[in-house]
Amino acid sequence: MSTAAAHDDHHHHAPTGLKRWLFSTNHKDIGTLYLWFSFAMFMTGGLLAMVIRTELLEPGMQFVDPEFFNQMTTVHGLAMVFGAVMPGFVGLANWMIPLMIGAPDMALPRMNNWSFWILPFAFLILLSSVFMSAFGAGNPAAPNFGWTFYAPLSTEYGPASTDLFILSVHMMGISSIMGAINVIVTVFNLRAPGMTLMKMPLFVWTWLITAFLLIAVMPVLAGAVTMMLTDRHFGTSFFNAAGGGDPVLFQHVFWFFGHPEVYIMILPAFGIVSAIIPTFARKPLFGYASMVYATASIALLSFVVWAHHMFTVGMPLAGTLFFMYMTMLISVPTGVKVFNWVATMWRGSMTFELPMKWAIAFVILFTCGGLSGLMLAITPVDFQYHDTYFVVAHFHYVLVSGAVFSMFAAAYYWLPKWSGVMPNKLLGELHFWSSLISVNLLFFPMHFVGLAGMPRRYADYALQFADYNFWISIGGFWFGLSQLLFLAVCVLCAMKKGEKAPARSWEGAEGLEWEVPSPAPFHTYDTPPVVK
Amino acid sequence: MSEQNLQQRNQRTLRKLLIWAVAMFGFAFAMVPFYDVICDITGLNGKTSTTASTEGPSQVVEDRTVTVEFITQRGDGVGGDFTAATRRVEVHPGEITLVNFFASNPKSSDVITQSIPSVSPGEAARYLHKTQCFCFDQQSLAAGERKEMPMIFYLDPELPRHINTLTLSYTIFDVTDRVAATNK
Amino acid sequence: MQSTLFHRAAVGLTSLMISGMAVASDWTERSDHNLRPGVTGVSQEVYDLHTTILWIVTIIGLLVFGLILISMIRHRRSKNPNPSTFHENVFLEVLWTVVPFVILIAMAVPATRVLIELDDSSKAELTVKVTGHRWKWEYEYLTYEDDNNVGVSFMSNLATPMEQINNPVLAGGLFPYGTAQDAVGSEFPEKDKNYNLEADKPLYLPSGQKVRFLITSADVIHSFWIPDLGGKKDAIPGFVNETWAIVPEGKEGTYYGQCAELCGKNHAFMPIEAKVVSQDEFETWLAERKEEAAAAPDLTPFADLDEAMELGEQTYAGACAVCHGNNGQGGVGLPFAGSDFATNEEHLEEHIDVLINGRAAMPAFGAQLSPREIAAVVTYERNAWGNDTGDLIQPQDVQDHE
Repeated sequence: MSTAAAHDDHHHHAPTGLKRWLFSTNHKDIGTLYLWFSFAMFMTGGLLAMVIRTELLEPGMQFVDPEFFNQMTTVHGLAMVFGAVMPGFVGLANWMIPLMIGAPDMALPRMNNWSFWILPFAFLILLSSVFMSAFGAGNPAAPNFGWTFYAPLSTEYGPASTDLFILSVHMMGISSIMGAINVIVTVFNLRAPGMTLMKMPLFVWTWLITAFLLIAVMPVLAGAVTMMLTDRHFGTSFFNAAGGGDPVLFQHVFWFFGHPEVYIMILPAFGIVSAIIPTFARKPLFGYASMVYATASIALLSFVVWAHHMFTVGMPLAGTLFFMYMTMLISVPTGVKVFNWVATMWRGSMTFELPMKWAIAFVILFTCGGLSGLMLAITPVDFQYHDTYFVVAHFHYVLVSGAVFSMFAAAYYWLPKWSGVMPNKLLGELHFWSSLISVNLLFFPMHFVGLAGMPRRYADYALQFADYNFWISIGGFWFGLSQLLFLAVCVLCAMKKGEKAPARSWEGAEGLEWEVPSPAPFHTYDTPPVVK
Repeated sequence: MSEQNLQQRNQRTLRKLLIWAVAMFGFAFAMVPFYDVICDITGLNGKTSTTASTEGPSQVVEDRTVTVEFITQRGDGVGGDFTAATRRVEVHPGEITLVNFFASNPKSSDVITQSIPSVSPGEAARYLHKTQCFCFDQQSLAAGERKEMPMIFYLDPELPRHINTLTLSYTIFDVTDRVAATNK
Repeated sequence: MQSTLFHRAAVGLTSLMISGMAVASDWTERSDHNLRPGVTGVSQEVYDLHTTILWIVTIIGLLVFGLILISMIRHRRSKNPNPSTFHENVFLEVLWTVVPFVILIAMAVPATRVLIELDDSSKAELTVKVTGHRWKWEYEYLTYEDDNNVGVSFMSNLATPMEQINNPVLAGGLFPYGTAQDAVGSEFPEKDKNYNLEADKPLYLPSGQKVRFLITSADVIHSFWIPDLGGKKDAIPGFVNETWAIVPEGKEGTYYGQCAELCGKNHAFMPIEAKVVSQDEFETWLAERKEEAAAAPDLTPFADLDEAMELGEQTYAGACAVCHGNNGQGGVGLPFAGSDFATNEEHLEEHIDVLINGRAAMPAFGAQLSPREIAAVVTYERNAWGNDTGDLIQPQDVQDHE
């Protein structure tokens, strides 16, 4: 392998300084970039949420005006979905997939670099409009139509920054598509000899399937925002009734992307948890094959459920029935996965180090969110839940105590591999317990206010919702502050301050990533391992 | 495998996936005519045909009466009146009926309007045939003008038996600016 | 010790959930933590369906969490040092695929039935057209029993006074609360019971009769929702949707609803107040409104500028301030304070015209305000905030313009 030899010549002169990060084609460095970016966006989105929760602490408008409030809810959603969760999972994919399949790097390393570097620019564009608003530059400045940007609110009544928002979304979309292509090419072509598809760790499987979903639906989002752009400026009427269009068409196109998108945001989490639980239960994953099939079924089914976000638009009976049945159906493979995790734990020999704590919290709380999702699937009752805080509770349970918790689990699990030191146990425990309690204080009461009738995206509410909103806000502030503990954990690891981690950092851990030293050297598996 | 071989395989996979990504982008746009066709066939979103029906009704179904209601709505920024002369009519499917609508332009400048029909229940839309409708074309209203706009329709004799009431709503939009922009 | 702590916390979490459910099921009136049964047959069936599903998911949840807890206790290393190695069990896997499937079918059957029922809005005695605007609802009574042309229509705005809503605590800074700067630090009036829910002109509905709602919008997508009546339908510009409700006799009362689709700045401030009254009372009310609608508009001239300004200020606060600013400084709408439009004589006719007939995003208020109110508002806009043009517009001027 001539290139490998050429590599050996310069590999020990790993680049340093700014150039290392700007021009990196190394999956570990790019993974690190994605992860830090994701955390920064998580804190930014969280800050916006703090503004929301401050205003909603009490009834009445005390701090911001409703226009600004709408901008906060919009940008919070966009930052979290496109800035925190998605790049976070891509970061984990970058770091771990090559290690897990015994590949030296991702298949397309330069495209990998570009995939990352698009993101800070995309978000600079998006977030700059918020700052214009906050410092009184105009009313309204930032996008204010919800992260779902329905037409005609976004097309005919959107602020000037909507066009920048569209550009931003295009950039994020290109980043995701390129990242997904990279994952697929890597997994298909770079697996070590002997690693058949059915021998891959589940994290790789879930990411492979996620990557297919991304390629299928991110372009549809691009189509939707392009149609928005032409409606706004080039005289088309895709979503404009006056020109013969239909605002509901927007919702169909958006949710055709939107529903698979939420599975994109959870499938990698399933993979993470499927790696962690077997390690700490000292027992192989229960039902590996059915986990793969379940994940694939979830992905396929995710294409035929989109209109469950649209039950109140006035669809005919046949339509609502179809989507109700399909949505209910998707709970079957999801349930299978949860049962498999429990069966993995069963009669294992468990210890509860931090990654395991996060993973178990994920299983319990994600299931909670999944069950409220099942309630939402039942159309006639959804008429009472739709666009209320019940929906907000549902998706925050699956996204925060689901996806985000899985990323914390992944971080605590793989930090020893990334940094060479074990994460600080005291800070980690504090982070875990503090987050666990506050996340429930924050989101559980939302079920109640939603059922009681509080609509979502409301800057102010009727008095009967006041008590719960107060506690929800307290939970929000507490949860936000708790994340500073995680920052501390990460900084300490980055500074290599902690107990030195062995190659196999956790006793029960299996997989190719644990065969390389901790921290993983700049280049790994230049020579592929042989997998039995 | 050799380095070159790997490169080739990577490029091939990359190309296939890129094509797929582009295809999905095209699919998003294809969803538009798809949606239109499905709505046309099933009347899902309550939109009626945008062209006059050329064939007349095959027969008049005497043994049932269907209530057809008319409602009007002014879009944002449209002034003046927009009303239907009749609120509701009782018709036999197949029976040809004329209903008048009135629109007025109180402004001191001419406007061009477009009326958009919508039927509820949506599935009834494909059974509503219009032989003449002001909604087929843009209607211009001179400053201060009040115009009578007739609409002639019949219900398809095949209208499902479980539909006994249907509502036809027209929303009138001011498209003067849009027209000016296209004509520039 | 570590695992016992975890165990305790997990148990605590579960009990929190259970207690929530238990308290919830006690409520039959408007609840603070649960869906309400509402007052229509449909809303009550929906509530029952909700309760059933809630119990099913709670039991499933408890089962799963219970197993997890048991496992965490019994299968931790200190208690079970030798882990099993099983990683498949065909029987179990089939079981936990088929059983949930069966449970789903059991849930789908009643759900389908209720959905089919909700779909049939035929044979209504009263038909009301509901139009969503930014940011208020418009109700037009179309047909009632044999009357094909009722012709009663009005706008329904939030009735809660602004001082109860705008309670700013920060002046300027990062979150400029521009429109109520001068109120910072003052005492705010207490919020009344129906804060944010009360409307100035309620939607009157008769009990014991089927009401059909034809729902549309004049601008963006809104959503019409009265929880006590069950059913929620989006208001889409250019399209009409329908839904229906029957509030049985004996369930008269006031029921509140809110807009349920983000529609811009005051999405949270456009409530629905539905007043369900007996048929007799409804007929009386309707007759009164028909009389009012048929009567000639009140064109009593303003005695002086002050009278016009008083009515103008009041009308401005309710209908204009949200877009044009409490101090005429503008916002979504153009500014008036010191603007050429509001001070230059040349624009007076145009000013009246825009108010009556609308222009672009500015709605046509001719349909919402009486000539007297319009005259007062134009007068106010041309004299307040230092504009001081001295223009006094009389109702007759507005009427002549129309």
